[in-house]
Amino acid sequence: MTLDLKTRNSRKGTVAELSGEIDSATSTGLLDQLLPLLGEAKGKSLVIDLGKVEYVSSAGLRTLLVVYREAQRASATVRLTGLSEELRFVMSVTGFLDFFEESGTVSEPSTVSRALR
Amino acid sequence: MSATEAVHRIDSYPTHRIGDFGVRAGRPFPLGATLVPGGVNFAVYSDQATAMTLVLFKRGEVEPYAELEYPEEFRTGSIFSMTVFGLDHENIEYGYRADGPFDPARGHRFDPRKVLSDPYARIIAGRDVWGKAPDRSDPYQYRARIGLDDFDWGGDTPPRIPTEDLVVYEAHVRGFTRHPSSGVAAPGTFAGLREKIPYLKELGVNCVELMPIFEFDEWDNPNSHPETGQPLLDYWGYNTVAYMAPKAGYAATGRWGMQADEFRTLVKDLHAAGIEVILDVVFNHTAEGNEQGPTISFRGLDNATYYMLTGEGYYYNFSGTGNTVNCNHPVVREFVLNCLRHWVADFHVDGFRFDLAAILGRAEDGTPLANPPLLELLAFDPVLRNAKLIAEAWDAGGLYEVGNFPAYGRWAEWNGKYRDTVRRFLKGDSGMVPELATRIAGSPDLYAGRGTHASINFLTAHDGFTLADLVSYNDKHNEANAEHNGDGANDNNSWNCGAEGPTDDPGVNALRLRQAKNALAILLTSQGVPMLLAGDEFGRTQQGNNNTYCQDNELSWLDWDMTERNAELLEFTRQLIALRAAHPVLRVPEHPYGDVPEGDVMPDISWHGEWAWQPDWSEYSRLLAVMRTSVGDSDCVYTAMNAHWDAHDLELPQLPGGRVWHLAVDTSLTGPQGAHAPGSEPVLENPGSYLAGPRSVVVLVGRVPNES
Repeated sequence: MTLDLKTRNSRKGTVAELSGEIDSATSTGLLDQLLPLLGEAKGKSLVIDLGKVEYVSSAGLRTLLVVYREAQRASATVRLTGLSEELRFVMSVTGFLDFFEESGTVSEPSTVSRALR
Repeated sequence: MSATEAVHRIDSYPTHRIGDFGVRAGRPFPLGATLVPGGVNFAVYSDQATAMTLVLFKRGEVEPYAELEYPEEFRTGSIFSMTVFGLDHENIEYGYRADGPFDPARGHRFDPRKVLSDPYARIIAGRDVWGKAPDRSDPYQYRARIGLDDFDWGGDTPPRIPTEDLVVYEAHVRGFTRHPSSGVAAPGTFAGLREKIPYLKELGVNCVELMPIFEFDEWDNPNSHPETGQPLLDYWGYNTVAYMAPKAGYAATGRWGMQADEFRTLVKDLHAAGIEVILDVVFNHTAEGNEQGPTISFRGLDNATYYMLTGEGYYYNFSGTGNTVNCNHPVVREFVLNCLRHWVADFHVDGFRFDLAAILGRAEDGTPLANPPLLELLAFDPVLRNAKLIAEAWDAGGLYEVGNFPAYGRWAEWNGKYRDTVRRFLKGDSGMVPELATRIAGSPDLYAGRGTHASINFLTAHDGFTLADLVSYNDKHNEANAEHNGDGANDNNSWNCGAEGPTDDPGVNALRLRQAKNALAILLTSQGVPMLLAGDEFGRTQQGNNNTYCQDNELSWLDWDMTERNAELLEFTRQLIALRAAHPVLRVPEHPYGDVPEGDVMPDISWHGEWAWQPDWSEYSRLLAVMRTSVGDSDCVYTAMNAHWDAHDLELPQLPGGRVWHLAVDTSLTGPQGAHAPGSEPVLENPGSYLAGPRSVVVLVGRVPNES
């Protein structure tokens, strides 16, 4: 399993654009990269763009929720964007969607690109 | 501390190697597979096993990729425990091989060729999607997986509704929304049920009792439909495979192993709507059947502990399904307790209904115990302190304990006598009036000292006719079950109102609607806790089948279009539930005894007939009226039940304090005239009497008239 993370800055905060799969194999690495971004996003939003994510497992959903809880502590907010219909359904019926705000699509050129695991 | 800073425990490093795996001696508690720093702790009980092996599979693969025998030093008493490091917990399945004696006469049936499922498994794979034909060539059918218990409940608060205030609604998760008419995104699932919460709220019920949701195998029924040849699935699911795992096939997300979170989300949202969740749990038997049944888990791990066995090592069959769980064995008691704690602590459920609960009071040799330790344990357990405990107080071995179930001040019972008495009264049997009085007053003969809330009153349940069928069939019609109509109860106390099954006769159909309303009106004005069967409020039919355990089809599913076709009955039910909610006098937890409270004029309960204060208790009487009055005489509810085929003019009791009688319900009136919302009931035209039509129920409320 692989997961790519690209980040860029927008006016509202940092945008983390993910592509690949978020599961138990990739979630630890994802967390290691997302949490430092919360510091940069202080008082602003961290937008996680899931538009190119093919699959989010149970561990992956938990990782997103950990990011949300850490953001609360860092006085940052986390928004999700780019949810596929299926992912939105899964997150809704498992209760995870309740924690997040969604924001509209954000499309700007990427500045950083790196592969996780 | 941030999430990336781990606590460095010195037991987060392996001390041994087995094959490619770093391992160490684990912790014997908790039992099951638990995530610990760096690894997974696997703890399993077996008293008689000589050796235990952990079998690991990559997810979905038939052949294991590793087998790790527990070193002798990893055993503490009867518990084998081992921490295995470096596992991808989300993508493995696990099981056990237990070696030991195969000596059935002594109760031992070890077979190390078999991979056994973990009784403590939190998730089971293998039946991920309902009805998908299983791969029978896989020797390990019900595959234990590692589940997480870190759900974020947010501000969830269980409603903690006093038992006497409940209106229970018994439903089948799949049947509730599987019908195409349900209009939900994921029919037949926890998510589908969640979409129907607004319906439940509008109906007014405040507790859903879900038929078994623990993992079971819908493919365990061997029969096929006699006409179509289609396999008949085990739709009800009373043969439990795993007691801690929510059924994957009931979750829209079961294919991704997210059934636990989906169920938790359902519970959370029901709670937010003020609705409690009671689970129907089946601890009297397991899916392993008798000596010819499959070895899934318990039989291979420690047969002599988990099952009641005869002196020759055969299975006692008090459940009627082949085996009987050895509930009062100390280890099994603890297993049952741990399961229930798991559902309360990790799933926030509000109570349990125990299937064939009389078995839970039997000793290891089957003898009924005066003080069954299991029942006492559950009654006093601190985690279960607020959980409702409801017994189906009989079993298939002839033990009938309605009224005698060892209650420890905590247990309620499905009141089978309430059902039988009210059904017989409704269909017009003679000689029923005295016992009817006892039943609608909360059965003080059965539950004196325990309170009215010890009595779960019901007229219909999953087992038996639906309400519409109760008034449409004299006899069961179970041919579709492929048992030549030999299954299901014969003593239904039903009456078809003049034609067997569907009819065009408008007179018969009008009478059926009225009889259904009569049943609901009596049920919802009785002292005790009413339970409704899902769909009865809009006339759900099973076409006379009174045992649809294997009917995963339109016979069982709720047809939501009927909410429009039978809107009158639905609206009637809604008004009755609202009436019950508006009148605490109907829900008083203490039994009424006809006493007049000091300073009051009216007794807490009084009986009436054609003449006020003169009930007719005689053999040929088919009419009884009851009046409940609250302390201070502030609230009066008068219910007249006329099961006679003639109308009767009723003299009404006089009310104190300027109060007059208002009409809440009259089942002989159709449409909105037949049931009025609390507060908007019309004043009776003739204040002193009321004509109760043939076979009808009338509910009057006594209050000061609205100013207008």
